[in-house]
Amino acid sequence: MAEREQKRKAAPARETEEVVDAPATSETGEKLKADIDDLLDEIDEVLETNAEDFVRSYVQKGGQ
Amino acid sequence: MALPKVLGIETEYGIVVRGGGESNPVTASSLLINAYVGELERERKAGPKVGWDFEDEQPGNDARGASGPSSPPAVETHLVNAVLTNGARYYVDHAHPEISTPECADARAVVVFDRAAEEIVKRSIVAANRLLPEGQELVVHKNNSDGKGNSYGCHENYLMARSTPFGRIVTHASPHFITRQIFTGSGKVGSEAPGVSAAEVPYQLTQRADFFEAEVGLETTLKRPIINTRDEPHADAQKYRRLHVITGDANCSETATFLKVGTTAFVLSMIEDEALPKVFTFRSGVAAMRQVSYDLTLRAPLELIDGSTITAMDLQWELLDRSKKWADQHGLDAVGGDVGAQVLLEWETVLSGLERDPMDLADRLDWVAKYRLLDGYRERHGLGWEDQRLAGLALQYHDMRPERSLADRVGLRRLTNDDEVHRAMTDPPTDTRAYFRGTCLKRWADQVVAANWDSIVFDIGQSSLRRVPMMEPLRGTRAGVGTVLDESADPAELLARLNG
Repeated sequence: MAEREQKRKAAPARETEEVVDAPATSETGEKLKADIDDLLDEIDEVLETNAEDFVRSYVQKGGQ
Repeated sequence: MALPKVLGIETEYGIVVRGGGESNPVTASSLLINAYVGELERERKAGPKVGWDFEDEQPGNDARGASGPSSPPAVETHLVNAVLTNGARYYVDHAHPEISTPECADARAVVVFDRAAEEIVKRSIVAANRLLPEGQELVVHKNNSDGKGNSYGCHENYLMARSTPFGRIVTHASPHFITRQIFTGSGKVGSEAPGVSAAEVPYQLTQRADFFEAEVGLETTLKRPIINTRDEPHADAQKYRRLHVITGDANCSETATFLKVGTTAFVLSMIEDEALPKVFTFRSGVAAMRQVSYDLTLRAPLELIDGSTITAMDLQWELLDRSKKWADQHGLDAVGGDVGAQVLLEWETVLSGLERDPMDLADRLDWVAKYRLLDGYRERHGLGWEDQRLAGLALQYHDMRPERSLADRVGLRRLTNDDEVHRAMTDPPTDTRAYFRGTCLKRWADQVVAANWDSIVFDIGQSSLRRVPMMEPLRGTRAGVGTVLDESADPAELLARLNG
């Protein structure tokens, strides 16, 4: 496994990609976090009424 | 050379009648589908709906041969079963509404038709609710378990060469099915496996992993196997097999569906071309399936039969590396051409993201998006993972009602656009035999008596019905029969021209 790890890390394509991609993605990460925060701010308006009862009584027949 | 991976997925949805006391799921599923089909009939003012033809259904056939232990699944022919003009099948299976996409020629088309299936379900809900008494409504979820030990599936189907030994498929596909869970999972609170507590597994990657109890087998509803041996090709059985994959979750994320079927098409093509020299046999596939699903770090060492270990991440990197090499040598024709190239890019992006910080993929993967939502809610309200409010949120992630769906609100990327999805509700793919099926239904519903995957039966007013076999999944495309279909005034002329 160590050998595979080394080989992978040495692959030039991935090295380049990590360098180029990393900052952009952490920005994405921040934005995603903000999106979730916004959703959580207003989630009560979307939540199923009596969501706890609903999920407690939610029973399905097994399928495939 | 690997065969072109014609592929499709079948999704069983969860269903309840809200406000109706104890509801019968079979009745509810029938109502859902009949309401939709009835609405279509009224729109086109057409005759009776086209039913499914069970002539060639043999779900009890075992790919391992006659020696396989058999408990043939029963086909419930009396329940609603409709063929749609987009080439899909919409029916009641067990106690769930189920939609099978038409046969698609690439992973992106599967995503489009899976989205179209969701839209069909949404429209069905609206139509069905008009028929229910005041105060009742249908609630449908695109999920795979009720959190109480009952599971239902989202199955995939891939065209493979009959000449590829089944044992080789078992050897090389199993490690992929076990480790692809790191991007295919839809996320689940707790565990439904016997003896596993919520404290041990507060949250896991997939809905389905808890329900696999065997490595290889014919069953799909109990003792579910990682490799399903159902041998029912729905095509020329001398040339083809259809690999029926039952391990996957139903995804709300388009990226997850795209990668689930896209990467699997690569792996199966490489199996056909013998391009996977390394064998990764887990000491216990069933244990590894759960281990991967329970490990949010994605770095748990999975034990192989030779005593060494590998992580799910590393196995997926290995499969991606092999896929790139295979594509360099063999091209991308078998995996959808440009779409195959897109699969490789997305696969690499997602593995890199998972390696760096899975939370960065909250716009791409269901298990991450759901985790982030639940964890955020949990922190705000100081809740433990076992709190019922989190279970409620987790369930509502999959809710098909637009005003309730949480998956629609977490910022998941789209790979499709609304226009193509809307078209796919009624128009078939142009590049598989679904084109022939769908187009015939669209133009001549009154003269199509029945249809199924590999044939279509016409009544052209003669003493006997006429069956047109469609044993080649890549014949009956627009390129192949578009002109004949366009130029035929009716099925009689079509049949005459096809035979001439």
